[in-house]
Amino acid sequence: MELRRILAPKEEIPAGLRLALGLLTGISFLALWSWLTYGGLVRADFLAPPHEVLMAGIRGLERGTLLRHVQASLIVILSGFALASILAVPLGILMGSFQVVAAVLEPITGFMRYLPVSALIPLLILWVGIGIEEKIAVIFLGTFFQQLILVSDVSARVSKDLIDCSYTLGANRRQVVTRVLFPACLPGVMDNLRVTMGWAWTYLVVAELVAANSGLGYMILNAMRGLFTDVILLGIFVIGFLGLLTDQIFKWIRRWLIPWSPAF
Amino acid sequence: MTTAKLVVDRVRMAFPRRGKEPVVALEEISLTVAEEEFVVIVGPSGCGKSTLLRLVAGLVEPSAGRILLDGREIDGPSADRGMVFQSYTLFPWLTVRRNVEFGLSLRGVAAAERQRVARRFITEVGLEGFEDAYPEQLSGGMRQRTALARALANDPEILLMDEPFGALDSQTRQLMQELLLRIWEHAHKTVLFITHDIDEAILLADRVLVMTARPGRIKKELAIGLPRPRDISLLTVPAFMAYKREVLGLLHEEAVRAERSRNEVGGA
Ligand SMILES: Nc1ncnc2c1ncn2[C@@H]1O[C@H](COP(=O)(O)OP(=O)(O)OP(=O)(O)O)[C@@H](O)[C@H]1O
Ligand SMILES: [Mg+2]
Repeated sequence: MELRRILAPKEEIPAGLRLALGLLTGISFLALWSWLTYGGLVRADFLAPPHEVLMAGIRGLERGTLLRHVQASLIVILSGFALASILAVPLGILMGSFQVVAAVLEPITGFMRYLPVSALIPLLILWVGIGIEEKIAVIFLGTFFQQLILVSDVSARVSKDLIDCSYTLGANRRQVVTRVLFPACLPGVMDNLRVTMGWAWTYLVVAELVAANSGLGYMILNAMRGLFTDVILLGIFVIGFLGLLTDQIFKWIRRWLIPWSPAF
Repeated sequence: MTTAKLVVDRVRMAFPRRGKEPVVALEEISLTVAEEEFVVIVGPSGCGKSTLLRLVAGLVEPSAGRILLDGREIDGPSADRGMVFQSYTLFPWLTVRRNVEFGLSLRGVAAAERQRVARRFITEVGLEGFEDAYPEQLSGGMRQRTALARALANDPEILLMDEPFGALDSQTRQLMQELLLRIWEHAHKTVLFITHDIDEAILLADRVLVMTARPGRIKKELAIGLPRPRDISLLTVPAFMAYKREVLGLLHEEAVRAERSRNEVGGA
């Protein structure tokens, strides 16, 4: 009976069970990895065993290189993401609710949204060089247009009745935008910023593909040349962990900023 | 009837459609609402009731005709015509108190005065103790109470209500009707109210206006001579039943007409 409930769609499961299942996945993954490597099924230059990755991490920390790479990547990601968000959020809100803005921007966004950012890298190098600006630009381009479209969707879904109601309460158009439209969009905007932050991390390696000398993406690519699978895996784990951390930070900010709306 | 508060004078409303002839929602509709009168409009679905209310609110402009409030032609929405919608239109990021204060804060009324007014109307709609709750935490009935308090706090010249209790269950709806009766009987606001619910119409109204199927016009006007103060015990009184029979008959005719014209359009 109990099992039938647990395996039914949309039923709550006990918190303990949830935690246990999560741990089980982690342990299974580790066990499989250990079995493949220590069991000699896969060569070490193909897949480094767990302890070597751990050692690579300790080595990196001792030499300070790991933190340098983390710092370089964080600067790139956060700058690109912040720049994109600052522009995309207000623009997206206006785009979703003002047909004039939509008409102006739609041709560009419609075109850009399907364009892989990597296709733009040659032009970016030509135009902004190979410094940190180019890397920030990659993150910016990768997130800006997606954010614009997602935020404009959020804004378009704000109920017309809510806007009309504000007018009948005496709001003028400026007040409708600042005091109704913007706050009404806030939860959707925060949710989408969180999602696009995740996407920004996925552009990191692409951003650091060219002429980088630091950053986690660079660290991974560099390790590939020497077949240092331990360092590659270390880079992957650190990116994954930082991604998880930023995601959690976004959850906290959302809870603090929007106490009136439960998260999805 | 004393002086007319609201005059709707031969208003026509046609919504243009791309590639087809426009939808005529209202055709030459005229009506008046007297000062402090409670007028309820009933009509078949899609006959243009909401459109009429949105016109009076100034949210849309008529294709022809005039709408006057206190003798002045209305020009866009304004706080002198408060509206309560069927859908939940509270601001989810504001507490009950701040929702009720919203109109006042738009006009820069000082905080102390805002709070005084909010407290008064929150008490009036029976929401003491919920001042700091967010709309998310309220039941449907409580949300509409807040919406009513918010509209009243603005002290509008006329209160426009578009099926405000339409989404509520029947018990809650009756409570809300009695609440509205009580508030109206001592505040004496001018009210233009729309509903699908015939009991609700007769219970609340000084006058019931029955609309025709689209394009909407006033088909018949019925003065409700039931004594006030009223409450839901009226629902079983013979005089009430007589009004109900009449309104039902009128609405049925229109429903049949609407159905027939829909079939003709569908068949064409
Ligand atoms: N913005 C609009 N554009 C085009 N047609 C519209 C618009 N608003 C309303 N209509 C049409 O006008 C007619 C009247 O609509 P309205 O919403 O006023 O009816 P209603 O009497 O309130 O209906 P209900 O009883 O379902 O609430 C309908 O046929 C509707 O499709
Ligand atoms: Mg309607």
